[in-house]
Amino acid sequence: MDLKTLTEAFGPSGCEQEVRALLKEAAQALCDDVSIDRAGNLVCRRKGSDPMKPSVTFAAHMDEIGFIITGHTEDGLLRFRPVGGVDPRVVVSKWVLVGKERLRGVIGAMAIHLQTPADRERVLDYDNLFIDIGARDAKEAERLCPLGAYAVFDTPYTEFGEGFVAARALDDRVGCLNLLDILKSDYAGDLCCVFVTQEEVGLRGSRGAAFHLQPDIAIILEGTAANDLGDTPERFQVCVPGQGVAVSFMDRASIANQQLYQQLLQVAQEHGIPHQVKRAVTGGNDAASFQQAGKGARTCVLSVPCRYIHSGNNVAKLSDIKAQADLAIAFLHSL
Amino acid sequence: MLRDTLQTLLGAYGPTGQEHLVADKVRELLSGHVDSMRTDALGNLIVEKFGAEENAKTIMISAHMDHIGLVVTDIEKEGFLRVHAVGGISPRLVAARKVVFADGTPGIVALEPNTKGKKEPEMSDLFVDIGADSREEAEKLVSIGDVAVYAPDFTALGRHKVASPAMDNRCACALLVELLMYAEGQKNTIVGVFSTQEEVGLRGARVAAYAVEPDIGLALDVTAWGDTPQTKLPAVKLGAGPAVKIMDRSMIASPYVRDKLFEAAQAAGVAVQREVLAFGGTDGGAIQLSRGGVPTGTLSIPCRYVHSANEVIDLRDMEGALKVLLQFIELA
Repeated sequence: MDLKTLTEAFGPSGCEQEVRALLKEAAQALCDDVSIDRAGNLVCRRKGSDPMKPSVTFAAHMDEIGFIITGHTEDGLLRFRPVGGVDPRVVVSKWVLVGKERLRGVIGAMAIHLQTPADRERVLDYDNLFIDIGARDAKEAERLCPLGAYAVFDTPYTEFGEGFVAARALDDRVGCLNLLDILKSDYAGDLCCVFVTQEEVGLRGSRGAAFHLQPDIAIILEGTAANDLGDTPERFQVCVPGQGVAVSFMDRASIANQQLYQQLLQVAQEHGIPHQVKRAVTGGNDAASFQQAGKGARTCVLSVPCRYIHSGNNVAKLSDIKAQADLAIAFLHSL
Repeated sequence: MLRDTLQTLLGAYGPTGQEHLVADKVRELLSGHVDSMRTDALGNLIVEKFGAEENAKTIMISAHMDHIGLVVTDIEKEGFLRVHAVGGISPRLVAARKVVFADGTPGIVALEPNTKGKKEPEMSDLFVDIGADSREEAEKLVSIGDVAVYAPDFTALGRHKVASPAMDNRCACALLVELLMYAEGQKNTIVGVFSTQEEVGLRGARVAAYAVEPDIGLALDVTAWGDTPQTKLPAVKLGAGPAVKIMDRSMIASPYVRDKLFEAAQAAGVAVQREVLAFGGTDGGAIQLSRGGVPTGTLSIPCRYVHSANEVIDLRDMEGALKVLLQFIELA
């Protein structure tokens, strides 16, 4: 499995089948116990030989932000709404893939020639944005892309600069890719890698997984917002691509287990794995589900810094993606 | 003594997410007084004292140990710290206050000059001065992710009142410790939960309630006051007795538990107040919704200036609450 295949797979929240099928095939080669639970999570379990070791679950979400079709105009344009948090300012003039047939469409806006000065000041909201799939009329549009059809940005995977990658859905296919690596590692305790659904709409898939898995320790592999560009003061940068995997002490949905957090920093230091502390309390992720399910678990989050997250082009550094896997595996071996 | 227990617990460092030092103090105080003590994945200290009767009910009584604070998110090259709120700490109330880190490192919270004409300061306008002249010097004292809390203090006000930071919710922890010490041969099993992470959304109590699986739930917490000039807060007074919660944003108290609390107060001869709070929540909200649901209530200690560096309670309300609780564990 490679990052290109994973980031180009279609998987907005609630529609993760394509991503899951790819991951399932890859995981089955590495693990005997692969199943899909009732929330659609792909669960890969490996029984340990040493019951004294803690049970560890690593989680990454398969779903990505995208769009859902909510209507059709008389002239054959598609009305749509975001699935997960997508800033309407980043969608204009982007290519998208729509529906089961993966039809190409473009998100249009009024040409600058036709705009009044007031129009130019205004941010177009989702009521005033449409996907153009080249349909003749409402009937044809509806036949091709019925209500509830999903769309995602159509972005080719591109490596550029010195070790940078631009792609759609780096949040969180980087985590998915690294879970496969973790499945290859040897750990004597019970190990589970779970690829979860519907993170972007409120940590929904992981809730059920966390409840039935009940690990001692849950480590979440994520992509997180880097804000290191322009004249952003250092204190608002959150994390910086190229400076390693970001370890979180706290976000809006959970507080890391202190001991686990310190242990991860220490392992990174000892193994010379590039790492940084995430310098902000922002966002929330599946750690909250694992921490709060059933009798609770000790959790921490390891993130790949991503610029322009939740847009059609996430940018990350390949070395940080590797650092995320390296730290996860080194941590397992330290237990 | 209630007052000594309170003072001991108020002195312990314990922001939300790092409550273990408070738990250590509770363990010391309760050693020899209870049947079991354990700590779970979220750091909740769960203490059991078994009931005398065969068909004893399990009553989970929760008091959160955590305290609001400021987490360091950046260390600037001049040595100043930038921070983010842990729990509901107000930039206006924390500005110009003294804070301390886990190892005792002190700092002064300061506010940038208001050049933008803001009505209320924001967290990003604050910084903490720990006396360091450079980032390197600051990093020897503090790391990103470290949490500062209001510097401990214990000030007696008049004959019965005490002002201190962390009164929310160490006063309830003290009450629960005393209850577990005094209860002897009681009918029902008491599971005391010294919970974590209440201030960020009842996170500790939620998992503790799942593990304990109680028949009845009770949260002990502070409640807002209504007895100072121009306050628009609820009609709860300091010194008029503990308050039986009717409802808040997290819970409508289960009638069974609420009424048992009134009954217990009557039996104990203690005056209680009725409390309806249009905001706020307690561990009770999490316990009530655990598993298939748990009949749950809250007994509150009226507290002035909640979430400030000077939270004020009246010791008579605590003494009254202890008497009510000793009756409640028999009647429920």
